[in-house]
Formats: sequence, C-alpha cells, structure tokens
Amino acid sequence: MTVIVGLEIHCQLDTATKLFCGCSTDYRDDPPNSHVCPVCLGLPGSLPKVNKKAVEYALKVAKALNCEVPEESEFSRKNYFYPDLDKGYQITQYDKPLAVCGYLDIEGDEGEKRVRITRVHMEEDPGRLVHKGGADRPKYTLVDYNRAGIPLIEIVTEPDLRSPKEARRFLNKLRATLEYLGVFDSEKEGSLRVDANISLAGSERVEVKNITSYKGVEKALTFEVTRQKNAIRRGQKIVRETRHFVEARGVTTSSRSKEMEQDYRYFPEPDLRPLRVRDWAEEIEIPELPDSRKQRFIDDYGLSPTHAATLTGDWQIAEFYDSLPADLKVSTATATWVADTLLGELNYRDMSIRGVPLDHFKELLIIRQSGDITEKAAVEVLRSLLDQIRESGTCELPRQCIGRLGLFAIAATEEGADDPVTAAAREAIAENPQAVADFGTGKKEALNFLVGQVMRKTRGCAKPGDVNRVLTRLLSGDE
Amino acid sequence: MPGRTISFHPDDRYAAFLRTIPEAPCGDGRLAAVPVAVKDNISTAGIETTCASRILEGYVPPYDATVVERLKKAGAAIVGKTNMDEFGMGTTTENSAFWPTKNPVDPSRVPGGSSGGSAAAVAAGLVPLALGTDTGGSIRCPAAFCGIVGLKPTYGRVSRYGLIAYANSLEQIGPMARTVADVNLLMEVIAGHDPRDSTSRDCPYHHAPDPEIRGVRIGVPEEFFGEGVDPRVASVVWDAISLLERKGAEVITCRMPSMAYALAAYYVTCTSEASSNLARFDGVRYGPPADTKKPWHEAFQERRREGFGEEVRRRIMLGTFALSSGYYGKYYAKAQAARNNVRADFERLFREVDVLAGPTMPTVAFRFGEKSDPLSMYLSDILTVPANLAGVPAISVPCGKVEGLPVGLQVMGRWMEDERVVDVAYAFEQGGSA
Amino acid sequence: MITERDTEHIGQLADIAIHREELALFTSRFNEILEYFDILDTVEAVKEEEERSYNILREDEVVPSLSQEEALANTTGPEEGFFRAPRVM
Ligand SMILES: [Zn+2]
Repeated sequence: MTVIVGLEIHCQLDTATKLFCGCSTDYRDDPPNSHVCPVCLGLPGSLPKVNKKAVEYALKVAKALNCEVPEESEFSRKNYFYPDLDKGYQITQYDKPLAVCGYLDIEGDEGEKRVRITRVHMEEDPGRLVHKGGADRPKYTLVDYNRAGIPLIEIVTEPDLRSPKEARRFLNKLRATLEYLGVFDSEKEGSLRVDANISLAGSERVEVKNITSYKGVEKALTFEVTRQKNAIRRGQKIVRETRHFVEARGVTTSSRSKEMEQDYRYFPEPDLRPLRVRDWAEEIEIPELPDSRKQRFIDDYGLSPTHAATLTGDWQIAEFYDSLPADLKVSTATATWVADTLLGELNYRDMSIRGVPLDHFKELLIIRQSGDITEKAAVEVLRSLLDQIRESGTCELPRQCIGRLGLFAIAATEEGADDPVTAAAREAIAENPQAVADFGTGKKEALNFLVGQVMRKTRGCAKPGDVNRVLTRLLSGDE
Repeated sequence: MPGRTISFHPDDRYAAFLRTIPEAPCGDGRLAAVPVAVKDNISTAGIETTCASRILEGYVPPYDATVVERLKKAGAAIVGKTNMDEFGMGTTTENSAFWPTKNPVDPSRVPGGSSGGSAAAVAAGLVPLALGTDTGGSIRCPAAFCGIVGLKPTYGRVSRYGLIAYANSLEQIGPMARTVADVNLLMEVIAGHDPRDSTSRDCPYHHAPDPEIRGVRIGVPEEFFGEGVDPRVASVVWDAISLLERKGAEVITCRMPSMAYALAAYYVTCTSEASSNLARFDGVRYGPPADTKKPWHEAFQERRREGFGEEVRRRIMLGTFALSSGYYGKYYAKAQAARNNVRADFERLFREVDVLAGPTMPTVAFRFGEKSDPLSMYLSDILTVPANLAGVPAISVPCGKVEGLPVGLQVMGRWMEDERVVDVAYAFEQGGSA
Repeated sequence: MITERDTEHIGQLADIAIHREELALFTSRFNEILEYFDILDTVEAVKEEEERSYNILREDEVVPSLSQEEALANTTGPEEGFFRAPRVM
C-alpha cells in the first residue's frame, strides 16, 4: 500500500520583534505577559504594522524553496474564538499567499527526490495556554500572550512524500535550509510545529496535528501508517478526520468528538495594505545552501558524498568544518572524525552542536593532527570534554584535559632503551613467550597481540607506528 | 506648563457626556486650555473608554489614541468622553447601553448618531470642539440634526490608531464644532501621517478657509433628492445650493447610479468587519470577566449576550452570515464590487465637477423611538454612506431649518481635497452674496 | 428566507447566544434586511484602477512593551502573571 504524506510546517522566524508590533521576541526566560503591548494584547483601537524583516526572511525562504512570488499578496483574518487569540482572529494569509509553486530536493527512499511546495505564507503565532484545575478543582485556563504575534511562516508541501522516513528527511533538509538562511533557530523550544496529512492510496486522508519535534514526525506517521494498515486489514474504512499526536505516548488520538465544522470566515485584513514584493524577492540575496555547500565540500576538500552530506546537513557543523585549517579540511581522517566521532558522541549524549565550545574541538583536532595525542586518546579527551559540558555547561581546555588524563602521546626514541615504549615492549615480550615463539614461526597475528599488550601498558598513549617499530626491532634480535 | 488644569463642570442637561473630567490637564499650543470633548470610542490613557457598551465597562486604556496625543500636544484639555450609539452602530445615539442623549435644539428629539454626544455637547455650548467618528455618516448626521458643522476627512488623512474599530475600512475620526473655522482648526491639529496606522497617508492638513467660490463646479446628484428625502429638507438644501450659485459657483445636476446599492454594500461591509472586530471582547484581558467556572464557549456566548446590545448582536450576526462559507460570494464579495462601482462613480463625476452637494440626511431629527425597526433606521444613512465607501471627504454645514429643526448641507470632495469641501462650507457659512 | 433554525445556527457561528424569546423577531428582521441586500445581486463589477498604497512596513526595532502590571491592569483576578480564561479542554 502506497503511503501518501503531505506536510504543513510552521516555523517561528528569528526576528528581533513580533510580526505586527515592536515587542521583543526574546521571551522564553521571562515572566508571562511581560512582552506584550496594546497590539499583541489585542487591546481595542490598536493597529498592526508589518515587520519588514519578517517579510524579508519569508522571502528568503520562498527563494530558497524555489517559489514564485506573485505580484501582490495580502493578509487576511482567520476568525475563530479561542482564548489564545488576543483579537478573536488570527492575521494570516489566505487566498493571496506570499509565495507559491516551489520545490525542495531531498534524498528520498529511492534516491534524489523533488518535493513540491504548494505555498509559503506568513502569519502570527497565538498565545500560550496553561490548563489548570482538575478532578478536585474546577478547570480553567491561564493565558500568556508573550508568544502572541511571533512571526511564523507556514510551508505547505504537495502530498509527495512516500514514507515517514522521507517526511523526516524532508524536515531535516528544510531545517538545514532555514538555518543556512539565518531566519530560524531550531533550538528554541516550540519554534517548529508540523501538521501532517497522511493516507494510504485509495483511502481517506487523515490530518495529524500537534507534532512539535523532528523525531515526532516520523513517530507520528509511523504510528498512523500502522494504525491505518491494521484498520484496513480488519476491513474497516479509514474516516477522514483530524487526530492529535501525543508525543509522550507516541500515539495519535482522534479529536473529532466536539470539533464542529470550522468556518473561519476569511476576509482581507482591512488594517493592513497589500504587499508587492516580487521585485524585492528578485533582488534579495540568499547565502550558500546545503546542496551547493555539499558540492563544494566534495570538490574543494575531496570529501566523499556521504561525508559531505553529513557535514553540510547542519549549518553549525558545516560552519565548523569550514573554519578548520586548510590542511585539516582536505583530510578524510578529519571528515571522519567530525562526521562520525564528534557527531556520534554528541548524538549518544543527546547533545546538540549548539552550546558546545567548537573552538575547543578545533584545537583538539589540531593537536590530534600534530601527533601529540593518539587517535584513541583524542576520542577519550572528546568524551571527557562532552561529559564535562553536559554536567556543568563548561569544560577544560583540551590541553588541560590531555594533561590531567596523562594522555599526551609517548614518544619512542630511535635507539634508546629507556623510553617508556621500549620499556613496555620489553615487558610484553618477557610476559608472553608463547607469542614471541609464534612470531618466530611467522605468525603475523602474534605481533598484533603484542602491539595490543604494549598499547595497554601505555594506556593508548604510545603511537601505533612506534610500537610496531620497537617490537619488530626487539623481536628480530637487533639488541 | 506641567500641572495646569481647567475646571469643567458643565450643565449636561442633554446627557451628552458619559463621563467628564472635573479638573482636566492642559498645556500650551494652538489649543491651549481649550476644552475638547472626545467620543467614547477613542482611546484615552487613564480615562475609561467604553464605546457606550456594557462589554467595555471599566476598561481604562493604557495608551492614548494618536489624535488624543495630538490634542494634548496642542495644549487642549480633554474634558470628557461623549455618548454614542454602542460601538457606533446607530443613527440616533439611542443605542447607547447607558442612556440616550437629547437634541439641544429640541430635547424631544434624538441628536443623531452615532456621534450624538459630541454633537450635543457642541450644540449646547458645553465645549467649542469635539471629536466624532464617521463610519457611515456618524459625524455628519448628528452635525446636521444638531445644527453644527462636522467633517468626515478623507480615509487615511487622520490616524485611526486608538479608535476602537467598528468598520476599519470605512471609518475616520473627524472634527465637530459650531463653525467651519473651528472645524478647520481642529482638523489641522488631528490630521497628519501616523506610522502606527498602515492606512494613514502622509498628507498633512494646513489650511486657511477661503470663501471664494467663483468658478467652483458643484455637482448635484439627482439621487440625493430622490425617494425618501423629505421635500422640505430638499427645498432648504436647494436654496443653499442656489446661494452658492449666486456667489459664483457653477451648479451641474448629475447622476450617481451606484446609489441604488450603496447602502446595501455599506451594511454588508460594516457588519462583516464588525463581526470580526468585536470578537476580541471575551472578558479575558479587559472588560467584565467571563465566568471561568463554565466552559469557554458557553462563558463566551454568555458574556457577549449580556455585554452587547440588541443592535450590536444583530450586526455581528449579519456580518458573520455575510462572511460565512457559501454566502461570502453573494454578500461580502458583491459588496466590494459595489463599492468599487461607487468609487468609479465618484471618480467619473469628479472629472466633471469639483465637489458634490446635497442634503446630509433625508429628514430632520427623529423623535425618540420613531425609527423602531432596524431597516428603516439603516435607510436614513443612504446619503452619507457613499463618501465612506469611496473614502472621500464630506462635510455637513447647517443650511437652514424645517419647522425649527436644523438641516445640513453635505459637500463631498475629491480624495484628499478636504480643504476644498471646507472652503465650500465656509463660503456658504459666510452667506450673503459676494 | 432564513428560518429560526438558521438564526440559531448563525448565532452559534457568531458565538452569540440568542434568547428563545428573541428568536422570532430576530429572524423576521434578519429577513427584511437580507431581502434588502438582494439588490447586490444586480451589481456588475467594473474594472477600475484603484489608487492604492502597499508595502507599508516597519523596521525590526524593539520598542518597550507594557509592564506585566500594566498588561494585567484591566483584567479580573490574574494568576501569577497570567490572564484567567474559562476552560477549553
Ligand atoms: Zn506587542
């Protein structure tokens, strides 16, 4: 059964002020209703005024998504009654959106895939509700309008996605694109919300609302695919409905019960003038986007397509990689270290590239490249630094950490008998006569075993090349 | 001068004010210490602002409307908030949730509306100047009924910031006074660009009224003297137009076919916008609180039923219906097309003439309760709504009486030619033959 | 023609409760007005060049907000800086 998925994505634009007033958008750590004014509180008589930067950001998104910008677009009122709406309507765009008919190329289930974008439009975020009371006390609602009026863009795709995984990949690509544009901060809580339309070919479409994370999209859709397939298998019909995703339980629940058929009574917002921004959109400059950066990493740094894709899939990581010294960037070892080791360790700890001191990791890479620590030690240092950050938010300098852990590489001198590598090799030979004998009969594995013993004795701080050289010399009876 | 106030203890026998400020602060400037009355749908920081509605009882705005800021900057004393039809929805001020205002000319009659309180305060001599608002005639109607001057400015010439919206695309704040010169003065103070209002235009108003009318072409649309216009009113207005002709104006009769549906277009548009504008009065952020023991919709419906008067609820429902799916095309969309036709009619006529003139109202002031059914009340706005639909300036100036009751001459002008309608009204007011 | 049931439905849509006893009068007046609006059916749109303004925008510069106290000044019984509203769940 073919799975058909279309997405509606709401992203907060990272402007300094709200969409229609000068209140700061930096509200997350502040008390409720401390970032509000007559406009975003919906006080009688106040009037909205469009934030130019929000339009600019939305146009950048439209351009990055290869959209057409119509001659004229306008704002409309979407009328419905809910306490999170300060005015009793939401100012949004309806029949004249900012941009239409775009696309975004992604890595699909079967190779490169073009996902069509239906439209991109701007609207204001509603306030935040906190539900109070319960079994013993009457229920009521608390309202905070700090979020009311934060600029959102809504991006609507055609039903071009064919699996939950593809939907996730699309979202990741979209997020990367928005972050490359510098218009969106995915780290901010609640900065992204997704509604998904999903159907199995030949069945009715179900809308899943309230998905607030990237992982959530795949989870919610996977749940829905299974639910719908099971229902069909049991001979039930899929009903056209709206369902809510309950993130904590990983399930979707029907919310049909009391929801009347909504009639939003859209009409053009009489307090605002239309936009004519086609020319502006043409002039607007957008930075290098993930696809071209990936190509540049392949062409200029000689990276494999896989490494290049990983390293450009997140703007911060791409910036980090680009900031490394030239001789490091062209090395496969560096690419592996960043793409696999660094990201792997971050992922393992559920940490983000944000909030870690990237300069430290750059230094660690430089030390590693210089040979002052071994590969193994570098990983150990990385883990220690990440653990420190997770614990306390900060960490030591890499050299401090290496010193504290005693992980600086131990050098073996060419001929001297006193260096720790040679001493450890002698010990290993003395303790493992069988291996020495095996080596004598030409068993290569015996050497590997002895190398391992020496590495253990030096706690991984000896350089593998040195150990090999010293062992070979001692075993061949040069002394 | 900080700390200066004027005392204001009027004999408000016509119930023009909803509240007065006994010691009103004032300052220096063109209106230094001049008492000005402000219609109660205009936000005044620290002074209760209710739109004469129960649903806003107790609401004290934390900010001043732009026009109020401008008044204060000019030194004026805001001495009180005037009565009105609830949210501006009416033609008599009988729709105030608090009390009706009486017409100072004849207290058994209405002052007109919806700016009836402002008109009565001026006509009774309590203040020399007042602010009204005009969505479909709400300045000009009470000006005509009370025998004073009232100007509805070009849409965009006066900031709407702080004006509690009834029908955003139609309404303007405007000056009301006993003379054209005073209307002109108040207009100079309140007009001008306001960056907070996206529909505000950068077109300041600085003008000295000029009574010279020779060569001015005055168009008189036949429809302004059609069915429903009291012949006695028509006769007084024709006399006024003849006076202007004697003073050198050229009078040209013309047709305005879009008048056939202008009133319907107006009522569909204003009720649609109102149905959305009035959704914010939910008792959460201001106004009498919603009952938090009940579920949201129940509490909200109850709040609105108790808080809004019958006419307001009717208009909210009309507008809701006109915007609802399946009816948008028949009502709202058609009304916008009709509105374009009204604009086109004005544009066509203004290629031939400089101003249009006719009666402000089809009749003189009604007796209380005379217009009991809503449709007949709506029909009395037929002559004032075209200027709102087209966004052009229109003034009402007293031009005579019928059985002791004032009649208003309405002069409408080209977009942004407020100065010219003021001049024509001024020429008439100067009277005689030049 | 609008029936009393229609009036009730519109009341629901508008979220305005109508008293039972008001229903008949509301409906008949509604019908009178809607009948008058029928004249709009005769409107034929003219293509007309409207004088317009567009792209009315402001710079992305922060202006001071109200204080929490000012924001809550007109509400009854705020709780810990929040407005209180009836339950929606
Ligand atoms: Zn604000």
